[in-house]
Amino acid sequence: MKVPLSWLKQYVDVDLPAKELAHLLTMAGTEVGEVQVIGGWSEVFVGLVKDVRPHPNADRLRLCVVSTGAEAMEVVCGAPNVAPSQKICFAKVGANIFDTHSGRYEILEAATIRGVESQGMICSAQELGLGDDHSGIIVLPNDAPTGTLLDEYLGDTVLDLELTPNRLDCLSVLGVAHEVAALTGKKVREPESSYQESGIPIAEQVKISVADPDLCRRYTASLLQGVKIGPSPQWLQDRLTRAGLRPINNVVDVTNFVMMEYNQPLHSFDYDLIKDATVIVRRARPGETLTTLDGVVRKLNTENLLIADANDPIGLAGVMGGANSEISNGTVNVLLESATFNGPNNRKTAQSMDLRTEATLRFEKGLRPELAPIALRRATGLIQEVAGGTVAPGIVDIVSSEGVDAPVVRLSVSTIKRMLGMEVKIEQAQETMDALGFTWETTGEGELKVTVPYWRNDVNIEEDLVEEVVRIIGYDSVPTTMISSPIPVQQPVPIMQLRDQVRDLLAASGFQEVINYPLVTLEQLEQVEQLDPSTLPLRVANPMSSDREYLRTTLQASLMANLASNQGNSAGPFRMFEAGRVFLPREGDLPDERETVSAVLAGLRHEPSWLEDESLLDFYDAKGVVEQVLDRLGVAATYEPFDHPAFHPGRCAKINAGDVALGVVGEIHPSVMSRVGLEQPQVAAFEFDLDSILSVLPESRQQFESLPRYPSATRDLSLIVPAGVAASQATELILRHRGIDRAELFDIYAGENIAEGSKSLAFHVYFQARDRTLTNEEVNRSLDGLLRTLERELNITMRA
Amino acid sequence: MTEPIGQNNLSPEEERAWAVIEQFEKQSADSPPSFEVLLQYVAQDLRSTSVELLTTLESLDAVDKWRVAYLGRRGSLTTVLRGLSSLNVEDRRTIGAAANDTKKTLEDRLEVRVRQINEAALALSASQDRLDVTLPGRPALEGRLHPTTKIVREICDAFVAMGFGVVEGPEVEWDHYNFEMLNIPKGHPARDMWNTLWVDYQDQSGETPMLLRTHTSPMQARIMEGREPPIRVVVPGKCYRYEATDATHEWHFYQVEGLAVGEGITFADLKGTLFEFARRMFGEERQIRFRCDYFPFVEPGVDMSIDCFACNGDGDGCRICRDSGWIEIMGAGMIHPRVLEGVGYDSERYTGFAFGMGPERIAMLKYGIDDIRHFYANDLRFLRQF
Ligand SMILES: [Zn+2]
Repeated sequence: MKVPLSWLKQYVDVDLPAKELAHLLTMAGTEVGEVQVIGGWSEVFVGLVKDVRPHPNADRLRLCVVSTGAEAMEVVCGAPNVAPSQKICFAKVGANIFDTHSGRYEILEAATIRGVESQGMICSAQELGLGDDHSGIIVLPNDAPTGTLLDEYLGDTVLDLELTPNRLDCLSVLGVAHEVAALTGKKVREPESSYQESGIPIAEQVKISVADPDLCRRYTASLLQGVKIGPSPQWLQDRLTRAGLRPINNVVDVTNFVMMEYNQPLHSFDYDLIKDATVIVRRARPGETLTTLDGVVRKLNTENLLIADANDPIGLAGVMGGANSEISNGTVNVLLESATFNGPNNRKTAQSMDLRTEATLRFEKGLRPELAPIALRRATGLIQEVAGGTVAPGIVDIVSSEGVDAPVVRLSVSTIKRMLGMEVKIEQAQETMDALGFTWETTGEGELKVTVPYWRNDVNIEEDLVEEVVRIIGYDSVPTTMISSPIPVQQPVPIMQLRDQVRDLLAASGFQEVINYPLVTLEQLEQVEQLDPSTLPLRVANPMSSDREYLRTTLQASLMANLASNQGNSAGPFRMFEAGRVFLPREGDLPDERETVSAVLAGLRHEPSWLEDESLLDFYDAKGVVEQVLDRLGVAATYEPFDHPAFHPGRCAKINAGDVALGVVGEIHPSVMSRVGLEQPQVAAFEFDLDSILSVLPESRQQFESLPRYPSATRDLSLIVPAGVAASQATELILRHRGIDRAELFDIYAGENIAEGSKSLAFHVYFQARDRTLTNEEVNRSLDGLLRTLERELNITMRA
Repeated sequence: MTEPIGQNNLSPEEERAWAVIEQFEKQSADSPPSFEVLLQYVAQDLRSTSVELLTTLESLDAVDKWRVAYLGRRGSLTTVLRGLSSLNVEDRRTIGAAANDTKKTLEDRLEVRVRQINEAALALSASQDRLDVTLPGRPALEGRLHPTTKIVREICDAFVAMGFGVVEGPEVEWDHYNFEMLNIPKGHPARDMWNTLWVDYQDQSGETPMLLRTHTSPMQARIMEGREPPIRVVVPGKCYRYEATDATHEWHFYQVEGLAVGEGITFADLKGTLFEFARRMFGEERQIRFRCDYFPFVEPGVDMSIDCFACNGDGDGCRICRDSGWIEIMGAGMIHPRVLEGVGYDSERYTGFAFGMGPERIAMLKYGIDDIRHFYANDLRFLRQF
């Protein structure tokens, strides 16, 4: 909303600098985004064109004699519309104007154009920064005072308001005037809206009925006869252009002007085009259409509210008029409408037709019905003033059963204290109400009955009035205290704790956390997992772009992309993880948002260094991290070979705890790598489902285990193991053996000296008794037993 | 002494030492040496040549051999003392005293020499085996949390210290919680404040009520529905908007919502809580300022600014606060009575406040990040700075 100060000052005195006013408004809730200064041209004056002659050396140029009263100067002008006795904007040497060639403001210098010296310049709108028009010069009204500085005559300051949706009132200049008055202690001057009526009363000339009063709380109309359509006077055009509206003709301009002044959208119909002089406010009938003013044929539905004549729609109520009843240059009689339409219905219609007009911006927020006749009278008087004609006596005023009473809201100082934690005296509340234009009466000790003025639609309950009080007296006056009630007991959320713990563990293991958009493409998801065609991932109905369309069901896809986008910057190591949610669709419900942690590892195992080798991260790096994390969480996990479409066949394990699947670890499938564009010899990855881990977390995380009091005995076992037996099977069997405390696998070998179809595993095995030092004999006996078991169960033998 | 101390060629000192011992052994080969010979040997010759030899030895190994040769159980000095039986008591005592004196001297000298050799070795090592301490060390594992994670934790911790709990909620929400329960019914113009990404899902009545939450505020209703006051929680989480991205706008971002409901909670308490937060987050000397703002689920609604920490509220020419001296940090307000009543609370009995802030914006201010698009581009060169 652009509010020119010149217009604002019509209703309220402003003696503060614009910046200070902007600050006051901003702090009170009407944010001023920009204070725009029109002017600053300095040496530009209102000039009178005395004479226009052809340029001796150029056909398109003219020589003009321009008077500023005190002096007359000769200038060269190329504008086609320059003519003698025009009032124009004359820039003298030294003026600060926009140079259309350089594209910036420059100080005007004397110039010789085609052999004739020009002592200044007659300006276009573009050269003064008043618009984009550079096709001709600006022609000022005849009454413009010659010799006046243009900064004084045309200069202005425009406040560009960034309004919140509740403050409908500040979409109007009068509404802003009320706000300014309240903040600066001034009084508002309401505009004059009286006019003479004559002829046949309106009631005898037009039949108006409201068939759907639920969507039209009030409908008022007046009738002007014998008007002359034409351009508006300059003052009216200036008002509109500075507020950002385009002048059209005098009648339409008045309706727009009054809308900007009072907020009430009005519509003018060509009375003679209304069939049977009958106006019906009704819902559209099935199949009805209307060609709106913009020439578009609108198909209507039965929730669209129409203004119709005896037969056809003539306007889309509160949105846009119909072309069939439009004011034209030939219009003589004007039916003027000022109504209160239902906000949500109006908004729905406008949205469904993608027609957000200045009218709908106001109607949708719910205009007050008291406003309709006030604005109608104001507009009627103004039209008569600028377009002549007579006004038929009376107005049409149809009010629905809802009535038009102003809201009355209670305000007590005890509520103010309860909300703000601060004492406000009743007198102070009364003063604030007065300043804002609210009326009140005292209904008891410290209690008021407040009537909300017609321009405010946002005050309905006592809390709203409390805000009015505090925003006017200022938030700085509210004390600063801490909540006095006891602190409630706070239970930590286990899944959040677990996620944070895993985050910290991974960061400590050298992983960089990333955070990705959860919207991805279906292809991305398909690349890393088998999608079930019956429950596809959730899709956004209105995606911003095709690459952000589906809610992810795995974090892997994005991590692959992260790796791909970073791999060009270094040789690694790349260790990245994300802790975020995946979204698994559920029938008829919100998706299951599973807390998931996923990681990728690729590139060099160590930061490049003169001390380190150049080995690459692989499956066992990933698994080592998985083991460490689960170990730290106290989860006893097992790993089984697993076929997963995203992982390298034979290099992937499912992570289990008992029969609960916790996740997967492996090396990425080469074809996935090439599809994603990963230029790495190998990429390892893992993904955990945190909710599953949470379900297997031990009750109490950790129990102290007493330290052994006797020394352990160590034996190195070099075993020949059939190739089909997994290392974990051998290890488990060894650990299950009585007297063995732990076993460390320290070597794996296959090849020379080992029979085909088998491999050699070497373990350090530790024997330990709780109550004594084991003798050699005891250890040997235990070892013999172990070897027998190994042979019997897994066909494992000692290496010779 | 059976073998030479030095490796190959004997030094003059060693030769002399050998000669003294050989001569003595020769003299005592046939008959026990006389008192004079013994005294000369013990107090003079053995003593001087051995000390002389010691000073020439350079290695601990050689010194140890020297010790064995002179002071060992079968060393020269010990051997002498064993052959005193032919002497009278007085002579024996004299020779014994002289031998002990010599032994003491040799032991002292030995200690000194060992120390000298150790010091020399260290000095040599310091000059020859010196490390280039300027070379980079072996790289330690380096992992970091995302700056958003860090700042969200920092924000939550500040409120936890004031007795708030931390909870989270769903990122995919119903219209009901995202809007309706927050006093934003269908068709309300305030819905324009949140451009929404809708999920492609229709319920039985043909409505599309599922969306990506546009703010963390739906948790206000969810939390209040689930329990009775007193409530004090913060809710961090992701939010989404249908919005073009630029240097200050992301369609995907985090919020931290706060909520306190109970009896007697006032706007003054809101001020106090947020003042305390601002001081913890941005420094003790911070000032705060409120201006009126509008969110449909609070009344009164405000916007909180802190005085600019870059220019200390000065404003002029400051890029952080764009000359104003103040930086907007978050929206806040007293919970709207319709929101309280919507969850079945008695709005006459309970009051409460709510606030919401953008952690990325706070991180940008704290770390001087100029473009919000860095946060989720996941360029490691950016992420590793935090
Ligand atoms: Zn600053």
